[in-house]
Amino acid sequence: MLRKLHGLPGLIAAVFLVTLAVTGAILALAPALDRAGAVVPPAGEISVARMAGRVVANYPGTEQIVRDLSGQVVVYYSRDGQAGADLVNPVTGERLGAYQPSAFFVWIRDLHRSFLLDTPGRMMAGISAALMLLVCLSGMALLARRSGGWGALMRPLAGTGSKRVHAEIARLAVLGLLLSALTGSFLSAQRFGLIPEVADPGPGFPAEVSGGQPRPVDQLQALSEVDLNDLRELVFPYPDDPRDVYSLTTSGGSGFIDQASGELLQFQPRSTGSVVRQWIMRLHTGEGLWWLGLLLGVAALSVPALSVTGAVIWWQRRRSSLQTRDNVAAAEADAIVLVGSEGGATRGFARALQTGLTRAGFRVHCADMNALADSYPVASLLLVLTSTYGDGDAPASAGRFMERLRDFRAGSALKYAVLGFGDRQFPNFCRFALEVDEALAGKGLSQIQPVELIDRCSAARFSEWGSRLGNAIGVPLALSHDPVPPRTFRLELAERADYGQAVQAPTSILRFRLADAGQGWQSWFFRSGRPRLPAFEAGDLLGILPPQGQEARFYSLASSASDGVFEICVRKQPGGLCSGYLHGLQPGDCVEAFIRRNPGFRPVTGAVPVILIGAGAGIGPLAGFIRKNTARNPMYLYWGGRSEDSDFLYQPELGHYLEDRRLTGLSTAFSRSDEKAYVQDRLRQDQTALRQMIDTGAQVLVCGGRDMAAGVKQVFEEILQPLRLEVEDLRAQGRYLEDVY
Amino acid sequence: MKKILLALGLALSVALPALAQAREVTFTTELTDYRGDGAYLALYLTDASGAYQGTLWVAGRKSKYYKHLRGWARGSRLDPAEYDGLTGASITSGRTLKITLDLDDALIDSGYEVRVDTAVEDMRDNRADVAVPLTTGGAGTPVPGRGYVRSFRYDF
Repeated sequence: MLRKLHGLPGLIAAVFLVTLAVTGAILALAPALDRAGAVVPPAGEISVARMAGRVVANYPGTEQIVRDLSGQVVVYYSRDGQAGADLVNPVTGERLGAYQPSAFFVWIRDLHRSFLLDTPGRMMAGISAALMLLVCLSGMALLARRSGGWGALMRPLAGTGSKRVHAEIARLAVLGLLLSALTGSFLSAQRFGLIPEVADPGPGFPAEVSGGQPRPVDQLQALSEVDLNDLRELVFPYPDDPRDVYSLTTSGGSGFIDQASGELLQFQPRSTGSVVRQWIMRLHTGEGLWWLGLLLGVAALSVPALSVTGAVIWWQRRRSSLQTRDNVAAAEADAIVLVGSEGGATRGFARALQTGLTRAGFRVHCADMNALADSYPVASLLLVLTSTYGDGDAPASAGRFMERLRDFRAGSALKYAVLGFGDRQFPNFCRFALEVDEALAGKGLSQIQPVELIDRCSAARFSEWGSRLGNAIGVPLALSHDPVPPRTFRLELAERADYGQAVQAPTSILRFRLADAGQGWQSWFFRSGRPRLPAFEAGDLLGILPPQGQEARFYSLASSASDGVFEICVRKQPGGLCSGYLHGLQPGDCVEAFIRRNPGFRPVTGAVPVILIGAGAGIGPLAGFIRKNTARNPMYLYWGGRSEDSDFLYQPELGHYLEDRRLTGLSTAFSRSDEKAYVQDRLRQDQTALRQMIDTGAQVLVCGGRDMAAGVKQVFEEILQPLRLEVEDLRAQGRYLEDVY
Repeated sequence: MKKILLALGLALSVALPALAQAREVTFTTELTDYRGDGAYLALYLTDASGAYQGTLWVAGRKSKYYKHLRGWARGSRLDPAEYDGLTGASITSGRTLKITLDLDDALIDSGYEVRVDTAVEDMRDNRADVAVPLTTGGAGTPVPGRGYVRSFRYDF
């Protein structure tokens, strides 16, 4: 429901909202431009009387002097029967230039207010502002749900792709957008009478004036008591009409001034309604608040980006919704596949499972978990594939599953298996899948095989699960589903450095470059014909497709796109297909590869210390982070290898980084040296210092094998105990990141 | 076109058969291309010394902006009874406003003046953009305005 409330208004109003936002961003420049051109003397220095006197000296035919909220002073005058308007310097009364509202800004303002369509357009703009308000509020609620509560809104975000970009931008801009939408909706509602407008007729014209000899304007008592910065407008009396008066409007109210006595007549303070309305107007336009205007303008610029990423998310969700031709009715199916999905990624896997089972001869019914029937009369298999939403909650298509499960009558023949999808960066990894597994066991169903959890949509783990399931139910089951078919490019091995042969841990640093990159001027000339490289940074993953159509394997990148090379660090696994393939490459050989972004694994920037921990080939991305630390932020590296002589990866580079202070401290442990130390031992030795750094906000990044990561986590639990913290607390704050293989 | 019988509070004209002494007058106000939103206009009569006598027409529907038509606002005191039934839409840049009213003969050649005040949002207010005596001799002769009015004339 919340998601529909966010998506539908967004999609419908996107074109209008983008127009409003872009024009709004342009208009937001006006207050700053006006302010830059205005002469604003300090408060208390120049009175209206003095300013008016100097202006009249230059403009004998002055009819009206207006000061706008930016501080610009405009004089309207009449000379030789012709009306004119000039910007003047309020201190000297001299002309600064002709006053002519910019035709461009006027046009943009009309586009912003009414799409150049007058009243119907104004109505559309008002409705768009209200929709924007709805989108902002529902978006904040969605983001809070996704991050695990309102308090978690400012924490680093997990996730990847359009969803993450959308959430990051929205989080930065939402307050500005809310303010613009709220004030815009108010002004429009008032324009169309939905909110009553307080009438402010101003003071009535004085019945009596002294009618004596008019004084020069700079000798009028009432005007000498008003500071220039409080002036809004001063209207001069009609020439040669002794019964006429000056009309004065200040920030506090308005009244009249007797041109002979200089007395203030009929002054009426501004009504509260008018003050409120003016403030709402200022908060919307930034008039006189140039800094706010600029902030709102920048926030508005996020709207086109949010519209595009939002539309992409919507399209991806739609594409992956359940629409299969060979779906069998629930009552006739012998295999039931239920899907719990938020963004739709899980549905793709469910479809692959359905196809695999159908091919193996099953009659398959696939549905959302919320569509759980009361019973499945002829089914023998119940397979549940589900992701987990936010802080361990059910995803959108499974919100009512637990409730429906209470009324579910399971036949004695029905067996089940649960497959959970998630991201290990989230603190409650696959929690919902685990709960579903328990609940099904609690209903007395028998388990085909234990619950399996898949990290970040790993296609390889999915097909492994499939073959185990096939074994368990006695049919061959070949499942393959890669969520987004990657666009690959050819890489050529440029150079390699080999380590660890002597200690039975052959590890190589491989540097690739784009295979088709030409040399010399032709490459510039024919640049557009070459495949465009995606942007990548150290910590992102390089997917390598081994020959013979095997599943892609992922390696953490140690380099960034700006380095011009793709650098990975690969340990040769015994019997490892892809690592063996890579280790067999010679310079000049080519591989097919693609980039998978991994923005969740990045060091924070700023003065807080970053503690990098790795073992073996896990040093790759960590070395990349250090190489990029040109800001010389405090960075400490703990790294474990086998032997200083054989597999000390990046040894020369690390020495260099220590020298130029890109790396603050280095601690190594070698398991086949005399002391037989592991990286965990080094952490324990330094626990006081580490605890202190954590206390000051340090971030920990761990990269390496699963066992080493588990060991490191255990040490950190010990280190954190005196601080009354757990690793999970740090993880929830984005301060404990793991890249584990 | 509007035809409105204008009673300007002259007791004499009420006492006599009114229609015999009324004359149809057409006021034509052409605006310049001032490049702005719709202009608010007030056409009104003053005596020779410039004192307000009565409203002829107000273009622009939002009364909250009427205070910018300064000369007229002062004279009429923005009393709705003064302009009831004498209002219409605002006039956009470059367009022409044409109104026909029945005026009492006594108002012509008697020192009365027609004035036009104009105002546009975010632009200057023009009190007495046009000020022209209402005379038989002046009929049919266009006069230029000082502000947003390019030319103004009246025809009997």
